[in-house]
Amino acid sequence: MTDKPSRAEDVSAEPGREFGFETRQLHAGQRPDPNTGARAVPIFQTTSYVFEDPESAAAYFNLQEYGNTYSRIMNPTVAVFEERVANLEGGAGGVAFASGIAAQAAALFTLVQPGDHVVSSSALYGGTVNQFKHLLRKMNVELTWVDPDDVGAWRQAVRPNTKAFFGETIGNPAGNVLDIEAVASIAHEHELPLIVDNTFATPYLCRPIEWGADIVIHSATKFIGGHGTSIGGVVVEAGTFDWSNGRFPVVADPSPAYHGLRFHETFGTYGYLMKLRAETLRDLGGALAPLNAFLFLQGLETLSLRMERHVDNARAVAEFLQSHELASNVTYPGLPASKYKPLVEKYLPGGAGAVFSFDCAGGRAGGQGLIGGVTLWSHLANVGDAKSLIIHPASTTHRQLNDDELRAAGVGPGTVRLSVGTESVDDLIWDLEQGFKRVGAITGQVATHD
Amino acid sequence: MIELARYQDPMTIQRVLHSARTVAVVGLSGNELRASNFVGYYLKRHGYQVIPVNPRETEILGQTCYASLTDVPAPVDVVNVFRAPDALPDIAREAVAIGAAALWCQFGVINEEAARIAEDSGMTVIMDRCLKVEHARYIGRMHWLGFNTQRITSVRSGLQ
Repeated sequence: MTDKPSRAEDVSAEPGREFGFETRQLHAGQRPDPNTGARAVPIFQTTSYVFEDPESAAAYFNLQEYGNTYSRIMNPTVAVFEERVANLEGGAGGVAFASGIAAQAAALFTLVQPGDHVVSSSALYGGTVNQFKHLLRKMNVELTWVDPDDVGAWRQAVRPNTKAFFGETIGNPAGNVLDIEAVASIAHEHELPLIVDNTFATPYLCRPIEWGADIVIHSATKFIGGHGTSIGGVVVEAGTFDWSNGRFPVVADPSPAYHGLRFHETFGTYGYLMKLRAETLRDLGGALAPLNAFLFLQGLETLSLRMERHVDNARAVAEFLQSHELASNVTYPGLPASKYKPLVEKYLPGGAGAVFSFDCAGGRAGGQGLIGGVTLWSHLANVGDAKSLIIHPASTTHRQLNDDELRAAGVGPGTVRLSVGTESVDDLIWDLEQGFKRVGAITGQVATHD
Repeated sequence: MIELARYQDPMTIQRVLHSARTVAVVGLSGNELRASNFVGYYLKRHGYQVIPVNPRETEILGQTCYASLTDVPAPVDVVNVFRAPDALPDIAREAVAIGAAALWCQFGVINEEAARIAEDSGMTVIMDRCLKVEHARYIGRMHWLGFNTQRITSVRSGLQ
């Protein structure tokens, strides 16, 4: 026992104040470094950690004490990022991964086993569709796609072996807004967790756990990082789901991969998260690099400020497109005419994100013409950068989907997806005008807009 | 309906953590995989005198085990309970009888009558909270595993 008894009388107690979001995006998860006093989060670029003594090492590996062992499983810089996102989402904790896709796979692999079944929204990021359709099925996990707008369809899809519901707060790219509270309540009727990908909303615009979601996933690559520098993801769990309800032996039963430990019984609120880290992350790998965690923390410090601007610009661009004769089917759920207006008012009162799609006149050629005609919007496969981004999903992100799956995901041949950045909005609209001139030349329509 | 927030005040929790020396763990299991054993091990590691109370064992975590609180020969600061909620009123009476300063009831160990018995005798009551988690939150290293400690502070403090 090398630790000094940690009961110093000079430590003043901290009151249980409810700090605001903007305070927490700067401070949650970090205290000034006790060794150096460093105010910024130190980048602990280390693979491993010297143990104080054999007993401490054993206690860390037995999960009897919170201790650093190896950076595939935990790292102090990454931990600040994990706690900060968990705090902003209102969860019990977080576990970070090398990508959003890795986070999602790990969240699911922690609670499913071969022979299980998952019910998922069909309006998803193409990469998620691929993961579910191919990887999950390869693991003998069955899947039912449902129209996320049809609340009854979720209930009808439940089977005795169903283990989770999955949806996106704001669907990619068609802008479906998930009725989180309704879908969560159906999931809970059947003693199932609801998993929500909250990448497009960020915890600033929506906190799914407040509406009943049990697990929240982010691609931190997007708005959380905010500057297009790093790939990463994070899983946050509410800590309130009863994993011992009989449906989840894979979480509740003695774990053969951890000397018979029952994760939920032993760690309660933290059982799923402990299993996610100590088993799934340990065994799948895919740990987030400390430098990337640092860059995500830099992003989080300005999350609210950037999101306010993203949302303002997105609304202005969506309104411009809605009145443009070469654009149709503008899916921004924040538009007053959107069928999602009531859901936006309920779940996204601060704004409906900054990623949406529209159909460009001229089909595939028109969409590609628009992208070829713009010079400020960046043509690339990402979203959530401070810089504005544009892409043609049918030929890129959703290319592996067949026509039916494209339709279900709300993608047509001329669909163009925008991720509206934080530039001067007049410049963004000016640039789209340039692109529409090219589209007009292709379709024979004159692009005029005032 | 019991008002649990009353028994979960962060300032009170920190005061108990900082002032306690001796913790009697009622229902401490000798099985290393049980939650109570994790908590007892952790408290001992962090310098608390842990006294096991369990009629089915003689020694746990290297400490002499007592059949009941009233058998414990030394003064006890905190009575930490891992028992079914309906066992709690009798445990609270025993805690009062031995002059313990605080009754700390783990997750799900909730009983209004027991809380009243302890409070009427001037004891501090913490309910539906884990002693290990709260120690790790305010004093220990819970933040190293990405858990939400809900702590916000710019005060530089020592190594844990």
